[in-house]
Amino acid sequence: MAVVALKPGYADAVDFRDRKENFHGNQVVYLHWEEHLSFCSAIAFPLPPEMPFAALKDELIAKFYGMHPDYKSVNWGEVEWKIDGESVIPDMSKSLAENGVGHKSLVCFRTPGLNGYRGSCS
Amino acid sequence: MTPPRKKKMNLKQRYALMTRGLDWETSYQKMDDVFPYDTFEGIKITDWSKWEDPFRLTMDAYWKYQGEKERKLYAVLDSFAQNNGQLGISDARYVNAIKLFLTGVTPLEYQAHRHFAHLGRHIRGVGPRVAAQMQSLDELRHAQTQIHTISHYNKYFDGFAEFPHMHDRVWYLSVPKSFFDDACSAGPFEFFTAISFAFEYVLTNLLFVPFMSGAAYNGDLATVTFGFSAQSDEARHMTLGIEVIKFMLEQHPDNLPIVQKWVDKWFWRGHKLLGLVAMMMDYMLPKRIMSWKEAWEIYFTEAGGALFEDLSRYGLRVPKFADIATEEAEHISHQNWSIFYQYTQAAGFHTWLPTDEEMAWLSEKYPNTFDKYYRPRFEMWREMEAKGERFYNNALPQLCQTCQIPMGYTEPGDPTKIGFRSTEFQGERYHFCSDGCKDIFENEPEKFAQAWLPVHQIFQGNCGGADLSDVLKWYHMDNGNDNMDYTGSPDQKQWDAWQAARKRVAS
Repeated sequence: MAVVALKPGYADAVDFRDRKENFHGNQVVYLHWEEHLSFCSAIAFPLPPEMPFAALKDELIAKFYGMHPDYKSVNWGEVEWKIDGESVIPDMSKSLAENGVGHKSLVCFRTPGLNGYRGSCS
Repeated sequence: MTPPRKKKMNLKQRYALMTRGLDWETSYQKMDDVFPYDTFEGIKITDWSKWEDPFRLTMDAYWKYQGEKERKLYAVLDSFAQNNGQLGISDARYVNAIKLFLTGVTPLEYQAHRHFAHLGRHIRGVGPRVAAQMQSLDELRHAQTQIHTISHYNKYFDGFAEFPHMHDRVWYLSVPKSFFDDACSAGPFEFFTAISFAFEYVLTNLLFVPFMSGAAYNGDLATVTFGFSAQSDEARHMTLGIEVIKFMLEQHPDNLPIVQKWVDKWFWRGHKLLGLVAMMMDYMLPKRIMSWKEAWEIYFTEAGGALFEDLSRYGLRVPKFADIATEEAEHISHQNWSIFYQYTQAAGFHTWLPTDEEMAWLSEKYPNTFDKYYRPRFEMWREMEAKGERFYNNALPQLCQTCQIPMGYTEPGDPTKIGFRSTEFQGERYHFCSDGCKDIFENEPEKFAQAWLPVHQIFQGNCGGADLSDVLKWYHMDNGNDNMDYTGSPDQKQWDAWQAARKRVAS
């Protein structure tokens, strides 16, 4: 679409704020536990692309989702993962980048049988 | 010899001289150079003189009316202060609604003042130019009188002192701030459509009625009086909004698609912004007026429906996604209050869980959604609080690139799933809370890709540091006093002490 602007060349002069190089070597990654909407939205982290996927699960998810009453019942072998909407089986030993997690990627996980407090998706 | 007495001019003559009569065609500069802003948006105006002045008010009359209103307002404010009006409110929790108003809305009045002043210089037609000048003064008065009205609460309660600073920096205040920045960085006709029409005409009752009736129900006489003093101005602003739309649509058929796109955009942006009011109505008022859903039905579905039926003769249709917004009226207040409850550590006002009585009210008002989706959430949090494990979200939320609200809104038709939307622009991903916000981005990606998203700015190191305490310091938020739950707050301690003192006096 043509840019509607007073100043000619406006579109070439703008600076997009969230380019990857502005994050000091990290990339922004969003994490979301489906059917657990007591966490109001996906949560955001600046992470090094070479971080192993396992750290996402063992450190970040444990730390930031661990207080939910469902957390201790999660069977990690059954968890369904999605990266940017595509169903995947992540390789835990490989890095985020090798698993296809890029800048501003959304990583969702679903825990079959566990769908929030009293099944309310909260 | 005494000069013959001049005949006094009638109102119509005075009006003509003091508005239209002040205009002239330039001769040694091109009109396009003198008025460089009012053509680039593509709106075609063939005859500015066709502008119908919606209110025949001249500047001298304006001073007189406003001066009288202000004298009355300040008399009430003085008596409110002298009689310790803060003791007469329903409950100290109420004050948090006023904190949200002062930090979120009052700075917008000031922004409106600035931009209407700009339009009061830069619109070629003298009719709308004079109207914009007067509105600019109204908005400045509103900002000023709100600050004066609310300053009384600042003497006794936390969360007020740093409101302009907070407005520029705090994560959730970027929602109203970016809304207005978007309007002010647009051309004059889009600004009129955004602020005068979509906001002041279509949605204003959903902002002012809840706050002012909320004040009346909760014993806040000062804010009620401010509301009355602003009411006649608001009526004028609404008239300007509808006149601008009709004028653009009558001037040239090519204007319709441009205006329609703006109406769609600013309806959706306004709907998302008013979600803050929704949560205030349903959760923050100790004495409730009506539910957000009821207010939406009266002021948007019914009143807005009649308005758009009237405008259909110009070819304008109901804003895109109005049906989705109506569906969201069943959810938005609960979802927003949940956001603030879990991020209470970074909120500039206090939060709490609804009591049993309040939950019963919510069940009654939201029979389709509250018990099924939201009551269990609050009950879970209540159980956790009882165990001493109050639920905090300790990570930062994913924000919508357009409205900048945490992406906490659910799929239309399925309240158990977050609605994720995304798009690519110049090789980079952008995320949105809704189809409405995604549409807005895709129409102007160069603009919205520049968004200052508070969460990403923290990650980039631009907000005072990486720890919560650093960021709160940078926000000028007084950690431990301004933020966190109402229970245990200094506000609550003081309120309880006042109540206890009253009982002692009474007994």
